[in-house]
Amino acid sequence: MQLSGSGLACVRGGREVFSGLGFAVSGGEALAVVGRNGAGKSSLLRIIAGLLHPAAGAVQLAGGEAGELTLAEQAHYLGHRDALKPALTVTENLSFWRDMLGGTGEDLGTCLKACGIGHAAGLPAGYLSAGQRRRLSMARLLVAQRPLWLLDEPTSALDAEGQRLAARLMSEHLARGGLIMAATHGPLGIDARTLQIGASP
Amino acid sequence: MMALVRRDLRLAWRAGGGALIGVLFFLTVVVLMPFAVGPDLALLKRLGPAILWLGALLSSLLTLDRLFTADHDDGSLDLIVMSRQSLELSCLAKALAHWLASGVPLIVATPALGLLLNLDLEATAAVALTLLLGTPALTLTGMIGAALAVTLRRGGLLLAVLVLPLSIPVLIFGVAACNAVVTEGVAFGAPLSILGALSLVGLVVGPVAAAAALRQGLD
Repeated sequence: MQLSGSGLACVRGGREVFSGLGFAVSGGEALAVVGRNGAGKSSLLRIIAGLLHPAAGAVQLAGGEAGELTLAEQAHYLGHRDALKPALTVTENLSFWRDMLGGTGEDLGTCLKACGIGHAAGLPAGYLSAGQRRRLSMARLLVAQRPLWLLDEPTSALDAEGQRLAARLMSEHLARGGLIMAATHGPLGIDARTLQIGASP
Repeated sequence: MMALVRRDLRLAWRAGGGALIGVLFFLTVVVLMPFAVGPDLALLKRLGPAILWLGALLSSLLTLDRLFTADHDDGSLDLIVMSRQSLELSCLAKALAHWLASGVPLIVATPALGLLLNLDLEATAAVALTLLLGTPALTLTGMIGAALAVTLRRGGLLLAVLVLPLSIPVLIFGVAACNAVVTEGVAFGAPLSILGALSLVGLVVGPVAAAAALRQGLD
């Protein structure tokens, strides 16, 4: 399968963030989106996720599973905001997203352990540190299968071990034939082509 | 869909959830009213249904504010929009959870509050019945306003301005049905059926309109 965008333009608050942007990613490939602050990395990911309307251009996913599904329905989006409820426990948060995202069968405990927060399963999410919240968000990527991962600064707030973990999860996803687009400032820890938005810093 | 209902109910009943705030506000308004109006039992009896309905309307407005903003602020709304479940169904699920968490407790509290307002058993039952039929309409029309106001920083005021005019018919027919029981000789069935019809219209229009508003508001 292949994800491609052409002639994309983004306007935020009357100001043009980027225009004429094109890219292509195919199965088993990762694309690192880089650029200075405010270049529009997050906006690009939100456009692909269908959460923002592009001012021009279009994004399409070719050769996916059942043609009924839209692009957004085949994507995982990991944004700045972690979509966790402080009053619910770690397990409750994750099991809600598994049911909501239509995941089947994946064992919550296993996914939590894989992300290194198995010990906090019964704790309300409000008590987690920023890094632990990030790990819990990553566990969401595992409980439901989606071919396309859109990751916004996936390694922020993670410690060295967490960054290695993120890299391992991403390379496993690529090995299954998945696609990854990640906005990042640091190294992702996996082989990835680079998409530069705006001038190099 | 049930996953969303379950989560919202859990959140409403945990510490800091909205369910108890609504009931507490309802209690406060209704308990204070006899002190403000004075010890005129006949007057209280005549005003009783209207006071209960006003309390229910205002307290539902109080909790509607957080219906979508809480999910918008922490990013859950993005994922709900992206999920494979249609947004209309998700809106319906949120409305159902809101009604169960903040509408039903009002109905349960009504008999106790009826005593304070000198309502007899029959009138109290009538108020509870009209609330049962009318509060879904309040939640469903309020949801449209909540969805429109979601992207604004302080949408609470806008919500009230948008929703209150839409709630006026519910209020009118709710109180009319109750008064029909208190004062003899007026038909009870007609306003009650209109109240039910308002809820049914809300059930059809509310989720669709709220989903459309949410899609527009994405940014």
